[in-house]
Amino acid sequence: MQLTVWTYEGPPHVGAMRIATAMEGVHYVLHAPQGDTYADLLFTMIERRSKRPPVTYTTFQARDLGKDTAELFQKAARDAYARFAPQAMLVGASCTAELIQDDPAGLAEAMQLPCPVVALELPSYQRKENWGAAETFYHLVRTMCQGVTPAPRGERARPSANLLGPTALGFRHRDDVIEITRLLDSLGIAVNVTAPLGATPADLARLGDADFNICLYPEIADTTCRWLERQYGQQTVRTVPIGHGATRDFIAEVAALAGVDPAAVLDTSNLPWWSRSVDSTYLTGKRVFIFGDATHAIAAARVAREELGFEVVGLGCYNREFARDLREAAKLYGVEPLITDDYLEVEDAIQALQPELVLGTQMERHIAKRLRIPCAVISAPVHVQDFPARYSPQMGFEGANVLFDTWVHPLVMGLEEHLLTMFRDDFEFSDSAGASHLGHGSAVASQPQPAAEPVAATPAELIAGWSAEAEKELLKIPFFVRGKARRNTERYATELGIAAITLETLYDAKAHYAR
Amino acid sequence: MTPALPATLPGCSDAPVLRERGQREVFCGLTGIIWLHRKVQDAFFLVVGSRTCAHLLQSAAGVMVFAEPRFGTAIIEERDLAGMADCNEELDRVVDRLLARRPDIKLLFLVGSCPSEVIKLDLSRAAARLSVKHAGSTKILNYSGSGIETTFTEGEDACLAALVPDLAADTSDQPSLMLVGALPDVVEDQFLRIFAELGIARVHSFPARRSGAMPPVGPNTRFLLAQPFLGETARTLESRGATRLDALFPFGAEGTTSWLHAAAQAFGIDEMHFRRVIAPGRERAKRAIAHSRTRLEGKRVTFLPDSQLEIPLARFLATELGMQPVEVGTPYLHRRHLAQELALLPRDTLISEGQDVDLQLDRVRAARPDLTVCGLGLANPLEAEGLTTKWAIELVFSPIHGFDQAGDLAELFARPLRRRDVLRV
Repeated sequence: MQLTVWTYEGPPHVGAMRIATAMEGVHYVLHAPQGDTYADLLFTMIERRSKRPPVTYTTFQARDLGKDTAELFQKAARDAYARFAPQAMLVGASCTAELIQDDPAGLAEAMQLPCPVVALELPSYQRKENWGAAETFYHLVRTMCQGVTPAPRGERARPSANLLGPTALGFRHRDDVIEITRLLDSLGIAVNVTAPLGATPADLARLGDADFNICLYPEIADTTCRWLERQYGQQTVRTVPIGHGATRDFIAEVAALAGVDPAAVLDTSNLPWWSRSVDSTYLTGKRVFIFGDATHAIAAARVAREELGFEVVGLGCYNREFARDLREAAKLYGVEPLITDDYLEVEDAIQALQPELVLGTQMERHIAKRLRIPCAVISAPVHVQDFPARYSPQMGFEGANVLFDTWVHPLVMGLEEHLLTMFRDDFEFSDSAGASHLGHGSAVASQPQPAAEPVAATPAELIAGWSAEAEKELLKIPFFVRGKARRNTERYATELGIAAITLETLYDAKAHYAR
Repeated sequence: MTPALPATLPGCSDAPVLRERGQREVFCGLTGIIWLHRKVQDAFFLVVGSRTCAHLLQSAAGVMVFAEPRFGTAIIEERDLAGMADCNEELDRVVDRLLARRPDIKLLFLVGSCPSEVIKLDLSRAAARLSVKHAGSTKILNYSGSGIETTFTEGEDACLAALVPDLAADTSDQPSLMLVGALPDVVEDQFLRIFAELGIARVHSFPARRSGAMPPVGPNTRFLLAQPFLGETARTLESRGATRLDALFPFGAEGTTSWLHAAAQAFGIDEMHFRRVIAPGRERAKRAIAHSRTRLEGKRVTFLPDSQLEIPLARFLATELGMQPVEVGTPYLHRRHLAQELALLPRDTLISEGQDVDLQLDRVRAARPDLTVCGLGLANPLEAEGLTTKWAIELVFSPIHGFDQAGDLAELFARPLRRRDVLRV
């Protein structure tokens, strides 16, 4: 048993729902107790979808358990087919139904429904949402491609590719697909099928017609891409085009595979100049903590260091399936990889590192809010405010522009940072005022000022106590760097065996850590 | 004083009930933890369940409660099911760790879920065992919030019913009044002020805000249900000798008057005094409701089953705001507790119990009511079809009881219609 407060991922059947809901012409019959229907609201409320997810739940109750829950399942499947007439059906069990072992697969097969039926085996007590989505997509593709011989390649005027991985409830998937489709179009490459988002089962049967595949979201599409490689000999573009540099790499990889000239579409993002322009100087070396799904976290780390000049002080992901990739990336930045789905562990890491910016999921946004650290969201899981009305991709050149804006916005701006440092006593520069461009809404509730009395040193941790004078001086340091100053000073004092931190210690430490 | 009720309505007391058994688009009883964990300030709710349970709690909360919540999930894993780990030992370990981290917790609920029920994990034995282990610091109780046994608000019913056997025996020979059901603190305080003014001396709230302050119960206890979904709690209180006071539920001016009046009568409060005490609140409520009446009068409303609040709320809308209920769906119909409510519903109202959501939505599409009260999963899809909706969950999460919330309650129904009229997009 694992004690959990918040989870980064739902159960695997929610992953299957993300595939079914993304597609047209698919219906999912889920053997599940009443209550599991809560998952509908993820799509209708958080993502603001205007249609109910195409899911029929059997919603069995305790009184059904003694009787025939299998019959209940078959009735639900029969009714769902009659009402929705899907091109293909998914059948499966949620965590509770898995325990009663009604075998939806066998039951559905016995019914001989007049459409392809994909039976999902998603072990709820071992696996999670992303895995469930990947597995569902893979089995659906396999089923629909069965016995299909693709049209011969190379006879069309334009090379073509499949865009694989975007789902319902994905972080900016809707806009990433638009951005990448445009990018491919300007390279002269047609999109054969985008899936699962917006695709029908019939579209999946045409996947083999494309010249190659683009794996936009490895968490969802990697399994399927590997199978397509084996099945149809299609190569896979694996560079994820998040950030300016990665988008250029992506274009190069795509152009090489498609045999087209990439020159026309390179360098169309504002990010390089926005980052080189002098106003951005203050971004240099900002300490950033990054956490999310592995793909978004790894991509964010590259953008943070290479394109914004930040220092990556922490990097982690919640999906163990991609832990190896994340460990590799962490080596590049010389940080300890944090691979966990326990948000308390992430909170501890952020607290210990005192970064100046957190890039994470909705969990990290809440953690950062509590610790009064600026934060931008870069990865699922996300909440309703992260499904914006405006066009806001993460991928491609427009995506790079979006990253620059959304990551820089939460920070205190360049010259303002200096003014805050110089005129600490200005009454309007109080800690609780926050950054001026963020308005009063962002003002953090004023917290009680730390007591000016020296904190007693705890022998066990050997953390030096603060003199009243030094503590007071510390308060003159702007709130957004105060945590770091405190931590650095204490570390400096500990290393040198200084028992009491004085004004001198504070400034000695400042000189020691000057960059 | 008998509330001014339209005597011409024959009511739905004997109306046939449409019972349906199909897909139920409802929350399970675990959802109640979202408000219960804020009500009892030193209690913690530990769900023993699956990842789905944990995911439900964080999704149903809508905006996550990020002030360290007093709930969590012990997620059952493969090794627990495969017998590689002993579920009871694992649970003890989780509870030990939890209580070590939160020594402020005085009352811990082990909350059963669908998976724990299906694998027959005996949480009452676990609670007894752990109570001994943590005796003196934390009391440990259990109830089931599983979807196979409870629908949404029945979770609160199960939780309160689990507390009843532990309530102290009331040995006083004076009668006492117990308000039953988790009310927002502000509403509870309003009621307590009114009862004090009426001159009822011994008044307790159940649940209390702290686990050590739970009220005593005994043959001299008279109780008022503040919520219509507390059938099991009422039964257990009655089994300890307490007497339920029958009344309308305290929604709107009339409902609140009836509810307070039942207590006043039981405690022999002078009728003139009762009228004097409630007059200002009753008048305020009527004034506040009047704002929404023009917008809601004559409008047709359908309730899809959600919280069991449907019938009292439909009664409020029909008798005080002039709305016409088309269909009133409820997950479970407690005829005895709702007898007075049913009598006040217009006779042509379709009462339905249980759900087959696709069939019910077909009826909604055919009837096209002006307002459909429904769960979060259905609201946006119905709006997209051109039907105006009200999220039912807001009726559970907002203060809506009593005189001083009657206007807010009416406004909750009026706002979606006003919004529909104001938008030009």
